[in-house]
Amino acid sequence: MSVTDPHFDVAVIGAGPAGMSAAATAAGHGLRVVLIDSGRQLGGQYFRHPAPGLTAPWLSKLRHGWSHFEQLAARIEASLRIDVLFEHQVWAIEPGFTVRTDRGPIAAANVVLATGSYERVVPFPGWDLPGVVTAGGAQALLKGNLVLPGQRVVVAGTGPLLLPVAAGLSVAGAKVLGLFEANPLRGYAKHPIPLLTNPSKLLEAADYARRFVGNRVPVRSGFIVIEAQGADSLEAVVVARPDGTGRRRIPCDALAIGYGLAPQIDLGLTLGCDHTLLADGTVALRVDTDQRTSIPDFYAVGETAGIAGVQTSIAEGAIAGLVIAGDRTGLKALRRRRDRQRTLADVIRTQHPIPPAWRDHLTPDTVVCRCEEVPAGAITEAVEHLGATDTRTVKLLTRAGMGWCQGRVCGYAIACLAGGGTPTDLLAAAKRPLARPVPLGVLAGQDQRNN
Amino acid sequence: MVIGAGVIGAACALYAARAGFTVTVVDSGPVAGGTSGAGEGNLLVSDKEPGPELELAMRSQELWRLLAAEGLGEGFEYEAKGGLVVAATASDFSALRAFAAAQEAAGVIADEVAADSLAEFEPYLAQGFAGGFWYPQDAQVMPALATARMLQASGAELFLGSAVTGLLTSGDGAVRGVRTTRGEIPARYVVNAAGLWSAAIAAMAGSALPVQPRRGFVLVTEPLPALIRHKVYSAAYVSDVASSDAALQSSAVVEGTPSGPVLIGASRERVGLDRTPSYEALQRLAAQAVEMFPFLERIDVQRYYCGFRPYLPDHLPAIGPDARIAGLFHACGHEGAGIGLAPATGELIAALLVGEKPQVDAEPFRPARFEEVEAA
Ligand SMILES: Cc1cc2nc3c(=O)[nH]c(=O)nc-3n(C[C@H](O)[C@H](O)[C@H](O)COP(=O)(O)OP(=O)(O)OC[C@H]3O[C@@H](n4cnc5c(N)ncnc54)[C@H](O)[C@@H]3O)c2cc1C
Ligand SMILES: Cc1cc2nc3c(=O)[nH]c(=O)nc-3n(C[C@H](O)[C@H](O)[C@H](O)COP(=O)(O)OP(=O)(O)OC[C@H]3O[C@@H](n4cnc5c(N)ncnc54)[C@H](O)[C@@H]3O)c2cc1C
Repeated sequence: MSVTDPHFDVAVIGAGPAGMSAAATAAGHGLRVVLIDSGRQLGGQYFRHPAPGLTAPWLSKLRHGWSHFEQLAARIEASLRIDVLFEHQVWAIEPGFTVRTDRGPIAAANVVLATGSYERVVPFPGWDLPGVVTAGGAQALLKGNLVLPGQRVVVAGTGPLLLPVAAGLSVAGAKVLGLFEANPLRGYAKHPIPLLTNPSKLLEAADYARRFVGNRVPVRSGFIVIEAQGADSLEAVVVARPDGTGRRRIPCDALAIGYGLAPQIDLGLTLGCDHTLLADGTVALRVDTDQRTSIPDFYAVGETAGIAGVQTSIAEGAIAGLVIAGDRTGLKALRRRRDRQRTLADVIRTQHPIPPAWRDHLTPDTVVCRCEEVPAGAITEAVEHLGATDTRTVKLLTRAGMGWCQGRVCGYAIACLAGGGTPTDLLAAAKRPLARPVPLGVLAGQDQRNN
Repeated sequence: MVIGAGVIGAACALYAARAGFTVTVVDSGPVAGGTSGAGEGNLLVSDKEPGPELELAMRSQELWRLLAAEGLGEGFEYEAKGGLVVAATASDFSALRAFAAAQEAAGVIADEVAADSLAEFEPYLAQGFAGGFWYPQDAQVMPALATARMLQASGAELFLGSAVTGLLTSGDGAVRGVRTTRGEIPARYVVNAAGLWSAAIAAMAGSALPVQPRRGFVLVTEPLPALIRHKVYSAAYVSDVASSDAALQSSAVVEGTPSGPVLIGASRERVGLDRTPSYEALQRLAAQAVEMFPFLERIDVQRYYCGFRPYLPDHLPAIGPDARIAGLFHACGHEGAGIGLAPATGELIAALLVGEKPQVDAEPFRPARFEEVEAA
């Protein structure tokens, strides 16, 4: 198959902090770079910002590390060697490399995968009620559209993302009725070194704690949401300890819930990159100290190499940029910083698993796959009576995970309900042959470029 | 005892149980974990030329109807929707006409549809086709569900996650069971329905069954209302199916499903068990589908999958007794028609087990035929 010009030295997929950093660094060393994103702006999840003209008095309080964004954006905008392609959905990458987008193919000698992450959730009765949103979704709505999911909000789930979400909602004027972290936090005391070597993280945590006290946001650990109640939309949530004790009903009009993030690596997996299963059950691309994957000239940076936060993303983008450019100046220091941050990220992962008790609170009619409306009972039937002993077969027999989201939302739950969450099941949940849906007309004429 | 919980193994289990046998099914993986979970569920007579395969398909069509009438059909989305074969040019049309005439002599119903009547069958079909043929006997099932429901209905005992590693024989050389990774399982008769892996089971008996994989990709669109009513494919498909060329062939069969997505399949090529995506195969399928139904141009493909058909060089399955070991039977190599041919295959095996005269002549499917070729 022939591919149209121009031929780039580097294609960076994803214009979040990791991708921006990789593109700016590589172009700064004279390479021709194409930076591709399906969205309309630079910044990705962390630096998501409203369209020009849209603003709010509290907006600046949501913007941590904004100067990093401004510097990266300025370098990209000033560079003559970077083509930025917004509103391009990458649906596959072929060896060599041909980056296939919904607007035609792009050829590049190196690829940097910086496609970030998506949120993990698990089902519970009532989670499909209007008013229940994901934690990151609430954050994205707030940062991008300045919209609150409700006025009286409960934040729940697990992981560090819950902190900025609760703080952001509170800053923007919502009453946060409680932050419920599923896991007990005393485990952190066993890992003082990674915490002390990342003092900025400690300060960040202290800052949140201070703000929650000031805004009277109750913070409880060791509690999960076991039910969302309401007739047509959310009216209350029930929280309890994983074993069901300590039940409490909290009237509210919104629930922001998230069980952490999972790397978005379908493009790399389809291409054949080696992967690694992390402590929290997420699957990341395996990289070496230079961010190389197992496929030559194919790099993974930021969340695709395992969830580790914005600072790590920026460092890893710069590492990949330098390595591709063949300039090793400053590489050692960057690697050290990255390693220190990754050590902490690994500790955080072990402290925030999804408590397996979510399964105990499902009822047979709890919808597990919302796209295809598959209830938990149908999955149990497939497993117990139809011989579906793995994720793939459960999906085939029930259609769970076959709808719009292609299992991004329910994949983890199905992997657990089907095979008990074996590594094979978790990997199956991370794989998607097409990273994005692609119109048949585009697939039919995939060699043509149209802008 | 049946080796393989694919559609063929499920059908063998069902008809053997109905013939009075106590049946166990072993599979190294889950139910429908092989090709039966990676194909489409077209039950076609329209694509088959007169001969033994068509006879088997005609009998199978009858059995699918009976299974559906028993109430099993709802559990596997049986739809007697019929197929429409369209010809792009006048010469394709006359070739199709000759093909259909021969099929009619073998009992297939095939009605000629003039160019200006095609829209009555498929309102969204592209203009400009020379004409087509309507095959009311073509039908459709959801293959993985068909497999699971037939197994369930058979009442067979399932040993999943147990791979067969050897055959057990008694002093007189007859089979007496199988050895698996989880222990030995005794059986008076063993049916090899291991699909792509049947050659390995046959080899345990010292027999040669040259089953090879023939890869196919299928595109799956976003869910749509029922805009495509029947199975629609181009007359070129028939020659692809019959081809023995290893190179890529594709002619799209387009069909809606009860759950909404349209399936577009399938390409055919012999490349071993290579799962690397072939963007060329995907492109061809997409282009052909859009040619037939222009509105599909803007419809999203959500995913695609690939599967491997168990191919035998003469395009006929192997169904019948092993030449060497008494009590061992083979039921494999159904290539791209295993779903359609499953019930008749199961019925045939059951008849052979009982020693009755089968409904369909078993002679052309003799597993030993490949060894005779070699010897000759
Ligand atoms: C919904 C959500 C909200 C988050 N909010 C916060 C927060 O408030 N605070 C915090 O510390 N962390 C947050 N995170 C975590 C955040 O992802 C990281 O801190 C950091 O932004 C990761 O940077 P990245 O460059 O690796 O990925 P991202 O910033 O996620 O950037 C990935 C980019 O790739 C693009 N992309 C992905 N796939 C394709 C494709 N196939 N084709 C084209 N483009 C593609 C996306 O559009 C996106 O712009 C959030 C994560 C999510 C999922
Ligand atoms: C893309 C594509 C489209 C298709 N479309 C159609 C169609 O529209 N209509 C149609 O009729 N057919 C179609 N087919 C063909 C059809 O899917 C196959 O002919 C059929 O599924 C074969 O079934 P099987 O039971 O022989 O094999 P399988 O389903 O592969 O079953 C064999 C089973 O044996 C098991 N096994 C193997 N070795 C061992 C061992 N040592 N021990 C224990 N168990 C073992 C395997 O795990 C497997 O589950 C299509 C195929 C493909 C690839």
